[in-house]
Amino acid sequence: MSVLVIAEHNNQHLNPATLHAVQAAVQLGEVHLLVAGNGVAAVADEAKQIAGVVRVCVAEAPHYAEGLAEELTPLVVKLAADYRYVAATATAFGKNLMPRVAAVLDIPQISDLTEIVDKQTFVRPIYAGNAFEMVQTPSEKLVLTFRATAFEAAAVAGGNAEVVNVDALEAQNISHFVKRELTQSDRPDLTQANVVVTGGRALASAENFKQILTPLADVLGAAIGASRSAVEAEYAPNDLQVGQTGKVVAPQLYIAIGVSGAIQHVAGIQDSKVIVAINKDTDAPIFNVADYGIVGDLFEIVPKLTKALRN
Amino acid sequence: MKALVAVKRVVDYNVKVRVKADSSDVDIGNVKMSMNPFDEIAVEEAVRLKEAGKISEIVAVSIGEKKCEDTLRTALAMGADRAIHIETDTKLEPLAVAKLLKAVADKENPQILLLGKQAIDDDANQTAQMLAALLNAPQATFASKVELGNDKVVVTREIDGGEEVVVLTLPAVISADLRLNEPRFVKLPNIMAAKKKPLEKVALADLNVDTATRVNVMKVLEPKARQAGVKVANVAELVEKLKNEAKVI
Repeated sequence: MSVLVIAEHNNQHLNPATLHAVQAAVQLGEVHLLVAGNGVAAVADEAKQIAGVVRVCVAEAPHYAEGLAEELTPLVVKLAADYRYVAATATAFGKNLMPRVAAVLDIPQISDLTEIVDKQTFVRPIYAGNAFEMVQTPSEKLVLTFRATAFEAAAVAGGNAEVVNVDALEAQNISHFVKRELTQSDRPDLTQANVVVTGGRALASAENFKQILTPLADVLGAAIGASRSAVEAEYAPNDLQVGQTGKVVAPQLYIAIGVSGAIQHVAGIQDSKVIVAINKDTDAPIFNVADYGIVGDLFEIVPKLTKALRN
Repeated sequence: MKALVAVKRVVDYNVKVRVKADSSDVDIGNVKMSMNPFDEIAVEEAVRLKEAGKISEIVAVSIGEKKCEDTLRTALAMGADRAIHIETDTKLEPLAVAKLLKAVADKENPQILLLGKQAIDDDANQTAQMLAALLNAPQATFASKVELGNDKVVVTREIDGGEEVVVLTLPAVISADLRLNEPRFVKLPNIMAAKKKPLEKVALADLNVDTATRVNVMKVLEPKARQAGVKVANVAELVEKLKNEAKVI
């Protein structure tokens, strides 16, 4: 037995982020997937078809429904006895849960890793991606979180895992879920999109942010992102923030519009295949990482670009 | 009600660090150091809770070299009541830090423990969760709103795709996200007053905690550099390049 990957889901569908952890974990050994939730038959069905998954462990209880770390930790800790690695994708869910598991197990966690060198050696970014550290551990057991953009997604078909039920543990009842409000969007998920269009402070208002970026994103089938300053000025909701403290993206095409390119922002985009910058400031640091840059007024350039792409 | 706030001294967030030529580490020999920005937010939140009459005492803790004293003095100047410095020159892993903080918490019995969601040097995002685990306390990570009651705390958390609200039974651990608040500027009289506030030194050895290194850094590498790009003159040229050269549209 080798790797227990914790699946992320909303009790109906598996979150595609989990597929990246599966693909990474296959490099370390036999992959078992834990689906803990409430009424998760459909999720288990998706999970067993993922290429590379050998077993799906299903644990059902009302107190597992919302993915609370306090409730999931005892379950994961109990199952962990049979595994060398416990792993998840470094999403908000994975970041919240896994260190709690590691501490109870009294084993180290290696966060947000981008490369598996061998079974005890890993590479991960530090200082907002301005450096990478190669770490090695003699620890026989490890907790790992994988950076999604550094690993391909496992195929959603072709697998034929066995599904086993595992007993739920008693509720901890020290924390309770109240509500969740998700930003409604028809656009592709920011972290999974092939094209990302991001707006910065220079958009100057929430109306401009929407009016300028939406048509361009529509024509490209792109997700929309925002810099921290655009989020702080309330031009865009916080979950669109791209950068060290927001989402890390690695699309085929990243278009930064009115984004200066602070270190913390660049940390979240530097693995994009092609970066385009549109900025009126010739010296903006974003031009140091952009493959193609246009110096000029975004309010003229972006509508022109939208029109050119539409034709 | 008592609050414990953990603060870390890190390279200032505006500094672009360089990797040493021998790949042993990043070079932070002469760079500006500051309080980790997320920890500043945690301190600010504690001070606001005190100003609102919800908590009576704020204890700031830092673990590290002698100069962490400066970081603690900043926390005191922001409004913390007293400080504890666990002095060590060894770089500690998040689990070791969490164990040390647990030892402090066991002694101080805070009802609310505030930390930053991550330090901007190691980017680990682990310590708060680990501390909560060791205390068997509930956790609310990535907090953007905190409403403290007598025996419960309601916390709004930043999650992928939006936000969620959880209620925790006290004592509880909360890690601060950027949106939680805007930390205040520290005024000179407060800096002067902070010099008179108590700052207790605790020897690492006295806490009887296993802080042995379990993950060794083999080397520190430069990020893969992106190739220098080109500036194009107009939209037509950009579209042409994206289509025919980069082939991404």
